[in-house]
Amino acid sequence: MALLEARGITKRFAGITALDDVSIDVDAGEAVGLIGPNGAGKTTFFNCLLGILRPEAGSVVFDGRDITRARIYKRARLGFGRTFQRMELFAGMTVREHLLVAERVRLGTGRLWKDVLNLSAPTAPERERSDHTLALLGLEDVADKPVEALSLGRGRLVEVGRALMTEPKLLLLDEPSSGLDSQETEALAGTLREVQRARGTAVLLVEHDVEFVRSYASRLYVLDFGTLIASGNTQAVFQDEAVRRAYLGEMVV
Amino acid sequence: MSNFIAYILLGLPFGCVFALIAIGLVLTYKTSGVFNLAFGAQAFAAAAVYYVLHVRHGWPTVPAAVLAIVVFSPLIGLILELAIFRHMRTASPLAKMVASLGLLVAVPQMVVLWLIGVGKPTFGVRGIWWDDTAVYHFFFDTTLSGKDMAVIVSTVLAVLVLGALFKWAPIGLRMRAVVESPRMTELSGINADRVSAFSWMLSSLFAGLAGVLIAPYFASLGTGQDFITLLVAAIAVAAFARLRSIPMALLGGILLGVIQGLLQGYLPPGSLLAQYLKPALPFAALFLLLLFWPGLRTALQSKDPLAGVDPPVLPPAAADRGRGMTIATRTFGIGVGIVMFVLAFTVMNDHWIGVFTQGVIFSVIFLSITVITGMGGQISLAQAAFAGIGGYGTAQLVQVFNLPVLPTMLLAALLAGVVGALLAIPTLRLGGIFLSLGTLAFALVFSTVFVQLGWVAGGAHALNVPRPGGLANDKPFLVYCVVVLIIVSFLVILVRKGTTGRYLDALSGSETAAQSIGIDPRRSKIVAFALSAAIAGLGGSLLAQFYTTVSAATVEYTYVYGLFFVVIVVTLSARTVEGAINAGLSLVIIPEILNFFGLPYGLTFILFGLGAITYARHPEGILESQKRRSMEFLEKHVFRTKKATADDGSGPPSTNGADRVPVATTGAAD
Repeated sequence: MALLEARGITKRFAGITALDDVSIDVDAGEAVGLIGPNGAGKTTFFNCLLGILRPEAGSVVFDGRDITRARIYKRARLGFGRTFQRMELFAGMTVREHLLVAERVRLGTGRLWKDVLNLSAPTAPERERSDHTLALLGLEDVADKPVEALSLGRGRLVEVGRALMTEPKLLLLDEPSSGLDSQETEALAGTLREVQRARGTAVLLVEHDVEFVRSYASRLYVLDFGTLIASGNTQAVFQDEAVRRAYLGEMVV
Repeated sequence: MSNFIAYILLGLPFGCVFALIAIGLVLTYKTSGVFNLAFGAQAFAAAAVYYVLHVRHGWPTVPAAVLAIVVFSPLIGLILELAIFRHMRTASPLAKMVASLGLLVAVPQMVVLWLIGVGKPTFGVRGIWWDDTAVYHFFFDTTLSGKDMAVIVSTVLAVLVLGALFKWAPIGLRMRAVVESPRMTELSGINADRVSAFSWMLSSLFAGLAGVLIAPYFASLGTGQDFITLLVAAIAVAAFARLRSIPMALLGGILLGVIQGLLQGYLPPGSLLAQYLKPALPFAALFLLLLFWPGLRTALQSKDPLAGVDPPVLPPAAADRGRGMTIATRTFGIGVGIVMFVLAFTVMNDHWIGVFTQGVIFSVIFLSITVITGMGGQISLAQAAFAGIGGYGTAQLVQVFNLPVLPTMLLAALLAGVVGALLAIPTLRLGGIFLSLGTLAFALVFSTVFVQLGWVAGGAHALNVPRPGGLANDKPFLVYCVVVLIIVSFLVILVRKGTTGRYLDALSGSETAAQSIGIDPRRSKIVAFALSAAIAGLGGSLLAQFYTTVSAATVEYTYVYGLFFVVIVVTLSARTVEGAINAGLSLVIIPEILNFFGLPYGLTFILFGLGAITYARHPEGILESQKRRSMEFLEKHVFRTKKATADDGSGPPSTNGADRVPVATTGAAD
């Protein structure tokens, strides 16, 4: 049984069918890419998975539980971690604080009465775990800097770190390379691969950057006009004639 | 049958006035994104101009009305747009609402001070119809008076002109386009500024018309309270129209007026229901509409296809104050506190001790705003009502259960907290300005209905509130209040530092991101609401103990003070504990200073009301931003510390946000 099973997801906006019967699977520990030309419905699909949009039909089963109607934060607690296409960091917090907040949510030990009794400082195990993630992502040197001071590439790593602190079973990356230059993209791909190796986290990746996907994902789904036109092993998909026509063709020009 | 028609006609004029203001609300909301709470105040201003011209200067009614409605009101609208709201285009809807809230607090006082004159009579203004008292007969033996006719005929004319404008005039078409997307409209060569200015003038004209038309129905213009209350009814109507549809606003206004007329007619006079249901109807309608009217929530979301090109609204500066500044402000604050304290026990007379005590108590109440607005990012207009629950609750618990006052104070605070949580659960679904309007509706129902009930505020008799044993004298009582303030301050600091504060910080930083790591936004905000309401209740209880009596007439618990509390704290600083204490002391000391110079008390409202307009530019508060500026100045010129580069992050936080990561995304992608 796959970790994530999305079945027959259909989403309409005012009569326009943005997604038509889209089904995908992601197995535990696997890196899967979701690609497609602009307007293919990638982001819509992503938002349906995350609970930001509600699909008209279809179901999302995660880790054996039907989460089609679950709230966003509940999905997070079940094991969804995500990053954002347009960076969403907590203004005014340091890098370490981002990770510590996420850790506290994961443990669920935050209580108002503990705040009042001044018992809410980060505990030693919490600090240790956040230090571990900082090291994994190479963010130690900026750990106590406010996120406003970071470059875009490292800002995205903070998002990854924040998501990792919740110990996700599945990491959903929404165009992680957007806004990054090729060097930063490469560094990010390297770090993500390392994360996947170290933590065994499955990854579902929505991405524009073909090179990034080709080097990172082992399996691909291709969306075009709201329907799946191909899926399978990355190399095979890139050979597929329909995919080339719909998507790669325009890139090659 | 004739009764039925008569009751409908009874409510019709009021319905027309509701509709006029509601149309103005919809118009400005649609064209400039401002939910202008100040229309009630503008209506009052127009009525006052009309009154002064007609009664004091002896102008005939028609020229006086024309000047008030067609010249004065649009001019005010134009000034507001040019001076304030034009510069707030990209501000958050909440910041815009705070600015209009400031105007709602400031404008009636300005009118009283500079137009009518404090304490001068404002009785017996007559309507614009040639014969006010004329009686016109209609079918089924029903009648309308001259002033009713004036309202109905003027409204019909105004709506027809508006309809024609939208249908045939080029400016009407442009207004419709700006509603869809101001930026898109500008791209196609239309000056959106001009259209927005025009719609402000137009909607202000409607407000002025409403004010002049309704004035004859009040025995006296007074301080404008009645007009503000009318405005709230209009908010209910605007919610009914989902803030979109002008025909629905017209229909809703008339419907509300007619229902009120029918209630007044059919409910047995003098019965409990008649006494409370009729005045409460608009507020109850607002509350119910906010909660259950479908489509209201989607109306809130920006539909502008180009909305994404604006830089995102900056979150209020959270923890980004330098260490130096924190130490400097704390040292200064503690120093001032000690000096005041020593003065209180040596040279201050009873009057000043009273002033100081009140300032301390208001500081406690204002800390509740630090929690809900500064930490929770929500604007609650019901803090005075929560203070009232604390005050009346203390009084009643002491009387009914004979409990000592100290545990009673805590119980009353707890009660306020529970009510706060119960209010938060439905209103949080709405979010943004509708959450604020929901709290306003609650505050209004509290002031107009609950406070009138005997088991709340004691009815005709004032309730006695004892002070804790040994604190009957003012000096020990001051010490007690200071101790409570210190405890509550530490409580707020601890909560802000703790998990609750962190979660709220995360939510105000990015709500989607906070949810994506598993933070439940509703739960965190309900906790903030409950805590804030409990703190307000505690402060309200202290206030009751200070006065030793409370009654239905205690002004600090009325919704007007609730508005004023928010305005004053947000103007100074809603983010910090010192901000709340500064606000509390300012509220009592500024009137003293004004009094010393022979200036009127109302100026306090004007100062802070106008100050709230700066909220959009300094969401952290004027004081905070001035402190930051002077700190930066000191660092630069006195200590000559090297200005750190943005890259290592130790530099002074920029307030324009250009180098913040979330904003830089768009910059780098370009």
